[in-house]
Amino acid sequence: MSGATGVPGVVETVEAHGETTLVVDPARVVEACTHLRDVEGYNVLVDLSGVDYLGWGSKEVAGYIGTPAGRDLNAAGSQGFGRVPEAKPKRFAVVYHLLRVSDEPGRMRVEAWLAEGEEIDSVVSVWPVADWNEREAYDLYGIVFRGHPNLVRILMPEDWEGHPLRKDYPLGGEPVRFSGEM
Amino acid sequence: MPATQIYEGTRIPSPCPTILELDPTEHSLEDILTINFGPNHPSTHGVLRLIVDLDGERVAGLKAVIGYLHTGFEKTMESKTYWKGITYPERIDYLSFQANELVFVMAIEKLLVLETPEKATWMRMCLSELNRIHSHLVWLGTSALEIGAISMFWYAFRERDQVLDLFEMVTGVRMHSRYFQVGGLAEDIPEGFYAEARKLARHMPHAVDDYEGLLDRNKIWLERTKGIGLLSADDALALGQSGPMLRASGVDWDLRKSMPYLAYEEVDFDVPVYASGDVYDRYKVHMDEMRASARIVGQCVTRLEELRGEPWIADDRKVVLPPREELHTSMESLIHHFKIVTEGYLVPEGAVYVAIESARGECGCYLVSDGGPKPWRVKFRAPSLAALQATATCVRGAAVADLVAVAASLDPVMGDVDR
Repeated sequence: MSGATGVPGVVETVEAHGETTLVVDPARVVEACTHLRDVEGYNVLVDLSGVDYLGWGSKEVAGYIGTPAGRDLNAAGSQGFGRVPEAKPKRFAVVYHLLRVSDEPGRMRVEAWLAEGEEIDSVVSVWPVADWNEREAYDLYGIVFRGHPNLVRILMPEDWEGHPLRKDYPLGGEPVRFSGEM
Repeated sequence: MPATQIYEGTRIPSPCPTILELDPTEHSLEDILTINFGPNHPSTHGVLRLIVDLDGERVAGLKAVIGYLHTGFEKTMESKTYWKGITYPERIDYLSFQANELVFVMAIEKLLVLETPEKATWMRMCLSELNRIHSHLVWLGTSALEIGAISMFWYAFRERDQVLDLFEMVTGVRMHSRYFQVGGLAEDIPEGFYAEARKLARHMPHAVDDYEGLLDRNKIWLERTKGIGLLSADDALALGQSGPMLRASGVDWDLRKSMPYLAYEEVDFDVPVYASGDVYDRYKVHMDEMRASARIVGQCVTRLEELRGEPWIADDRKVVLPPREELHTSMESLIHHFKIVTEGYLVPEGAVYVAIESARGECGCYLVSDGGPKPWRVKFRAPSLAALQATATCVRGAAVADLVAVAASLDPVMGDVDR
C-alpha cells in the first residue's frame, strides 16, 4: 500500500500493520474523497462505519475483565500489554475503507474525527453505495451526514430511541415486555 | 468466454439510485398499486421487505426496507472476549459461515502478529472453498425454485449434504463449527477426510454439468433470466458490488487473485467473468465458481496429505488453548487454559481491516482494539448489504415477476445484511 500525496484536507498519515490511514479534516472529507476517487483511482467505497471512542483508555467501558470493579488492565499486566492506549482526538470517528479495483490494486482508510453533535458531509455524491452505510452509522451512532438524500433509521425500528452502538448505550437496554403487562 | 471490460475510465454515475422513485410524468398515479413484497415472503431469502409501486405489471417504484433480522452482533461482540467472540461472525452470514469466521480470526491474528502453521492455512483454504460450494448450492437450489425449476432444489441439496457431511467429519457439526481458532485449527484433520474430500472434488464438476444440463436448455429458465436485472460494470463499481455480482458485470476482480491471502497464490484456478450483467450471467458465474472451487479443494487435499503429522495450530500458549491431554498432567497448562477461557488474552492496541473473498464477495472485518481482552469495535463489511442496494438499479422497468428473479440473483443473506 502506498501513501497518497496531495490529498486535500489531510491532517495526518498513519502507517500501521501495513495499512495506510489518512486522517482528514471533517469539513473537507468530500473534497478528499473526490480526489482519492478521481486522481488516486480508489473507485470503490468498500465500507463506511462509525466508531465511538467514549471512555477509550478507562477501565470502566471495555477494558475491564469480569466486573467493572475487576482487575485494572491499565496497570502493568502479566502479558506485557499493560499500557494506557493513546488518546483519541474526539469522541467519534467515521471510517471509510477504499479499494482500488484495477490492475494495481490498493486499499486506503480515511478517518474523520467528530465531537458529539458535530455533523459531517455525506459522500453519497462520490460513491452512491455510501447511502445505506451512512444511514447505518446514523442509526447506530447518531452521526448526522449533511446532504444525505434520505437519512432515516435503517436497521432499528423507526421509533427507536437512542443509538445502540454508542458506548453509553447499555447492553440489555431494551425493555423486556411480559405478557401480563399488556 | 466473452471479452471482459476493464476498468479504464470508470465513470461513477451520480446519482445512482438505491431507491427507485416513482416518476409521475411517466405513470398515471391513479393506476399505481403499491404493494408490500415481504417481509414474510418465501422468495425474499429471509425477511426483506420491498415496497413496490406497480403500474400494471411493471415496477414503477421500489424501496427496500431492511433491519428485520438485526440482532446486534457487533454490539454483543464488544462485550465478549476475543476467544468467545469467534462464534458470532459465523451466524452473520449463515450460509458462508467459514468465511466470516476466517475473516475475524485473521483480523485478530494480524493484530497479534501471529503466524499460523502451513497446515492450518491450507485447511482453511480447503474449508473456505467447500463452504463456497455449499453456499452456491443453496443459492442455486432456492433461486431456481423461485423461478419454478423445482427439481433443481433436490439436486443441489443432494450435493450440499455431501459438503455438510465433510464439515461434520472434520468439525463435529454440520454448520457453525467454530473450527478456525486464533493461531490455526481446533483439531487435527481426521484421516478419512482426504479421501472423502477428494471424492467430492472429483464428483462436483460432473454434478455442475448435470445442473447446467437441467437449466441451460430449459426455455423457461432462459426466458426468465436472460437480459433480466441488468447491471453495468460502472454501476456495479459505483454501488460497491463485489464477488459474483461484479464478475457477472464484466469486471475481472477476485480478491483471491488480485490481493491473495492464505495460499491462493500457490493454487491454480480460473476466475469466471461474464459481461452482460444479467441474472443468467450471475448464474453462470456461480456455476463456474463451483467448478473452480472443486479444483482448489483437490489441490488443497494433495498438499494437506503431504503435511500429515505437521502441527495444526501455532505454539503460542498465551493465546492458544493447550492440548487437552496436557490438562491432566501439567499445572501450567491448566492455568493457561483457565485464563484464556475466563479472562481471554490481550490483543495489542490498533486497528486493522482484513478482507477475503466469501461466496458473496468481499467479506471484511474492521477490528479496533484498545489493548484489552475484548474488541473495542468490530465492523463486518457485508457483501449482501452492498448487493441489496443494487436492487433498485437492477429492476428499472422490470415486470413484477422478474423482481423475484432479480432479488434471488443478488444472493442476499438477510443475516449478513442486517447483522
